[in-house]
Amino acid sequence: MTATPEKAAAVDTVSLTIDGKEVSVAKGTLIIRAAEQVGIDIPRFCDHPALKPAGACRQCLVDVASPGPDGNLRAFPKPQPSCAMTVSEGMVVNTQHTSEAADKAQKGVMELLLINHPLDCPVCDKGGECPLQNQALSNGRPESRFIDVKRVFEKPLALSSEILLDRERCILCQRCTRFSKEIAGDAFIDLQNRGAMQQIGTFNEEVLDFDGYEPIGVAAEDESGKAFSSYYSGNTVQICPVGALTSAAYRFRSRPFDLISSPGIAEHDSSGAAIRVDHRRGKILRRLADQDMVVNEDWVTDKDRFAFAWQNLSDRITRPLVRGEDGELHEASWPDALAAAAAGLKAATEGDTAQGAAVLPGGRVTLEDAYAYGKFARVALGTNDVDARTRVASDEEQAFLGATVAGTGMGVTFGDLEKAPAVLLAGFEAEDEGGVVFLRLRKSLGRQQVFTIAPFATRGSEKLNATLIPTAPGGEGKAFAAIKASTDAAEALKAEGSVIVVGERLAGSPGAFTQALALAKRTGARLAWIPRRAGERGALEAGALPDLLPGGRDVASASARQTVAEAWGVASLPETPGRDAAAIIADAAAGKVGALVVGGVTPSDLTGPMGEALARTPFVVSLEVRRGEVAEHADVVLPVAPPSEKAGTFVNWEGRLRGFATAIKTDAMGDHRVLDLLARELGVDLKTGTVADANEQLAALGAPAKGERPAAPKVDAAKVDAKPGASVVLASWHQLVDEGALQDGEPYLAGTGRTAVARLSAKTAEAAGATEGVVTVASAHGSLELPVVVTEGMADGVVWVPTKSPGAWVAQELGVEPGALVTVKGGVA
Amino acid sequence: MTDLTPVLTATWDAEESWKLSTYESHGGYGALKKALGMEPGDIIQMVKDSGLRGRGGAGFPTGMKWGFLPPDDGGPRYLVVNADESEPGTCKDIPTMLSAPQILIEGVAITSFAIGCNHAFIYLRGEVTHVYRRLLQAVREAYEAGHLGKNIHGSGFDLDVTVHAGAGAYICGEETALLDSLEGRRGQPRLKPPFPAVAGLYARPTVVNNVESVSSVPAIVDRGVEWFTAMGTERSKGMGIFSLSGHVTRPGQYEAPLGITLRELIDMAGGMRDGKKLKFWTPGGSSTPIFTDEHLDTPLDYESVGAAGSMLGTRALQIFDETTCVVRVVTRWTEFYKHESCGKCTPCREGTFWLTQILKRVEGGRGTEADIQQLLDTCESILGRAFCALGDGATSSISSSVKLFREEYERHVTEGCCPFDHAASALFDYETKAIEEAHA
Repeated sequence: MTATPEKAAAVDTVSLTIDGKEVSVAKGTLIIRAAEQVGIDIPRFCDHPALKPAGACRQCLVDVASPGPDGNLRAFPKPQPSCAMTVSEGMVVNTQHTSEAADKAQKGVMELLLINHPLDCPVCDKGGECPLQNQALSNGRPESRFIDVKRVFEKPLALSSEILLDRERCILCQRCTRFSKEIAGDAFIDLQNRGAMQQIGTFNEEVLDFDGYEPIGVAAEDESGKAFSSYYSGNTVQICPVGALTSAAYRFRSRPFDLISSPGIAEHDSSGAAIRVDHRRGKILRRLADQDMVVNEDWVTDKDRFAFAWQNLSDRITRPLVRGEDGELHEASWPDALAAAAAGLKAATEGDTAQGAAVLPGGRVTLEDAYAYGKFARVALGTNDVDARTRVASDEEQAFLGATVAGTGMGVTFGDLEKAPAVLLAGFEAEDEGGVVFLRLRKSLGRQQVFTIAPFATRGSEKLNATLIPTAPGGEGKAFAAIKASTDAAEALKAEGSVIVVGERLAGSPGAFTQALALAKRTGARLAWIPRRAGERGALEAGALPDLLPGGRDVASASARQTVAEAWGVASLPETPGRDAAAIIADAAAGKVGALVVGGVTPSDLTGPMGEALARTPFVVSLEVRRGEVAEHADVVLPVAPPSEKAGTFVNWEGRLRGFATAIKTDAMGDHRVLDLLARELGVDLKTGTVADANEQLAALGAPAKGERPAAPKVDAAKVDAKPGASVVLASWHQLVDEGALQDGEPYLAGTGRTAVARLSAKTAEAAGATEGVVTVASAHGSLELPVVVTEGMADGVVWVPTKSPGAWVAQELGVEPGALVTVKGGVA
Repeated sequence: MTDLTPVLTATWDAEESWKLSTYESHGGYGALKKALGMEPGDIIQMVKDSGLRGRGGAGFPTGMKWGFLPPDDGGPRYLVVNADESEPGTCKDIPTMLSAPQILIEGVAITSFAIGCNHAFIYLRGEVTHVYRRLLQAVREAYEAGHLGKNIHGSGFDLDVTVHAGAGAYICGEETALLDSLEGRRGQPRLKPPFPAVAGLYARPTVVNNVESVSSVPAIVDRGVEWFTAMGTERSKGMGIFSLSGHVTRPGQYEAPLGITLRELIDMAGGMRDGKKLKFWTPGGSSTPIFTDEHLDTPLDYESVGAAGSMLGTRALQIFDETTCVVRVVTRWTEFYKHESCGKCTPCREGTFWLTQILKRVEGGRGTEADIQQLLDTCESILGRAFCALGDGATSSISSSVKLFREEYERHVTEGCCPFDHAASALFDYETKAIEEAHA
């Protein structure tokens, strides 16, 4: 071994004195941060550790002296903003605690901040958790000396359907505008006007009373025509130090001191962002970003923040339902419902004519739930027909996941992504499908080269200054293969620490995963698989895929089966390879499946004939939070808990375990517990009654032994014949804010979603006679009519539509996956 | 008795003074040709030796400012001329550019050559469209004559000059706000450091100089350091334009050595209007603490004015006689600062908003004794705590006038109205009612 110990990076430190306390901090530290390190709190409003200094509010003024060239201490003639001044060797800082001048300056600023502030704390949402209120109370004057006329504005101003602005409360600290510019890259709001009339806004000429001329520039509106259409806009509400920015969803709903705050993990994407769930009397009132510096830092997406109403809508199921003789669902007791479910499953799995049962857990369950589904299928139902991938999936993908992802623990992390000198994205739109992944990549803007294999450069890619490798869906394998020596991407990826990000959509592109692995080998770049839904990685780890047992063990491996069978205390595990979700649905629709156990699956998300599958399968058990489409066909419906009412673990795309405790205690049980009860009824002890039980077993199983994993895939890359004409290749992905089931019941959030459009290159649009107006996209199954947007630089012969946006439910209407050929015609068919 | 020393103003009375031909017939562009034969470093040293100090108000040594530029790294560096003259009372740069724009352009060429800049910008106050046209024409003429452009006079030195008109904001006279505005952003001051010399326009090393400073350079190069240092006082060398306005018989621009006194200047301007008595005046525009007749013999140089409690600023001498209500003047100035506050920092934005309301109340006779103290307290909350110097400037006239004329403020309170006849102080036909209604 010639390994040399890693040198600890030498950090230049600077020593200074703050309020008489000596402190050594890294060079370049701001005074306000240095003071925090020794427990000295300097009041501030515009300062935010994640944003660049502004020095605007002047609340943090302190007295500073530093040694001059002669070594003698020289005091600055004016108090200095501690949020904007960096420390220097030998500096002496006196804050409000030790300097009368600093204290006086701060009190003066506080008085000035309040003269135009409405002091409407009793009706303000921020009241009770407001930095301005707190500081006014601790340091302000008991009575205002301001007896003149306050500046007033019409209120509130809707910056978007979700974000409301009460301008008279605003202290113009610019946290929101700096966040929008620096972090999200959505500069839809900015300062406008000046002096006391300076205000935050969207350059709405009606608000500003422009006289006859219109504002110009990109700030006016986004491509959909909506102002402040940002996926991250809710963060501005959270960092607003006063009650100026509020969300329509929470406005006037509660008082912070009436709320119980519980930590949680967001269930909307595979990032596993830390959130704080604020609830009152069993009802969630709002969710906030929790700080987790290794995952989401200080931010969450608007979906993570605002989309929580779905679990408390009127269709929430709280008691089991059993279909009666009359053909209707009736509420039943748990023992009756479990007995009915067990009887139906027994009938489907026992006897010579039994067609067997299959399990569709859905992609949103926790690690423990997925484990219970997989174990239930294999032990209680004796089948490998279990697949959480109710989306486009392939055997190649399963081999890729089993060989390189499952059971590998933490791989590429958020921090690695941030530090990567080059990142190649394929089948993955960071802003739409990755949530906070996008913010991490954007944090490295200017220090990182981003390449994206995609049909066109989205606004998200543009904000990352990404180089587009225009590719029609299905052509990703060839696109990877084309990244050879001498191409910019290949050269960039050779830099140490580079990352190739592959999304779940590549499963629809034969050869893509194979070629991604080859490219990684060729360049030395690391590979990260970032799926969209929160339960995907957990399902993979827990063995809720047909050919994969827990930890990525191959079902085809006898030793793997043996290991798991022993751990589970059963004689053997089923050998027959399982069917994937698409095959299960297709066979069920053909009447070849005896029973289905369905978890969180939304039939309208699937291109397969799910409705028919549910109708033709003799016995359907549904485990659901809400009474939806599956329940309408189910024979037994077993209510399960939404994430806020249960404990569990999401495994995020990094492979990081994101455990969370029960936020709201109700009677609702997690899927793992319900399955445990159902298995007992079938005479099997799954031992998944508690989260701890499931985790104990997963831990005991550990990583697979050598030879227990499947081999890496070897699939030839498909060739896609995309050219302008009557038939073009369909491209599609979910936009972050769309009509997904977990966003139901939140109209204000929905209002910030992007308008659904069909995108075509100029050539394709020309060929289709669809350069403006409405375009009809049709398959053999059905059609969509959407406004057309001719997109510069887009791959020819491709039409892109959002997967489930208003007016564009691709799976339901077109019934085909991206990569399929569809026809495009100008006008309404 | 100090004599006038017309240098920048020397050709103002010539026929078509703004034309290049006129300027050249008076020896214009001789300095540029001389400079192009010198080492750039020698020009910088020459300006350092001359003791020329920034004429935009702060009085920072011009040569030293040029010397702050980091060594040439091959990338661009810029000269930006601050022509955003907006200080109430200041009227020197705009008439210079109107009457003798070529002197500025020659100064720009020499300065650019000295600091290694190939693209200079003149940021002009947006309201003065007539000056904008003059400058554009002057730049065009200079290009045509080969004073600008590629390979100027065979020296191998290239220079482009862009004239940019602002959109009418006092704050854009603050050099970093000016740079932001020039870059197409919202004109608000930047955090310093980095200073413009290190990262200014487009984050490149940049010198920002006032029109008068740059225009003084050709004469220094042409006539030498000794000629320049012979004028002025020990630490305030050279000449400067003094803009006299208000209650003097002949208001206007008087170019004289620094250190001249107001008494001398008033004499040159034909004395006070109608022989009335001087009441108060500003030495350097509305941002400088006011003086009274006690300061008639204070030498108008940086040190003496500073020692007397004010600032030389832009040498904008606004002269007010005994008919003038000081409260009324200060209120108008404060309204200006309220209107022009950029809004970035709390003290200036909120403070000027508050001060204006108090002053209007006091001026209208609706004030209280406590209001006068409140004015001082609010000024204290702004002074030294604002982001840039605009906030400080807004307080100067208030604090100094309360100190010097407190009893006048008190009379407004006790008498319940302004004790002055507004028509008496006006320089034009004044119909109290109409004008005050329009003002309200």
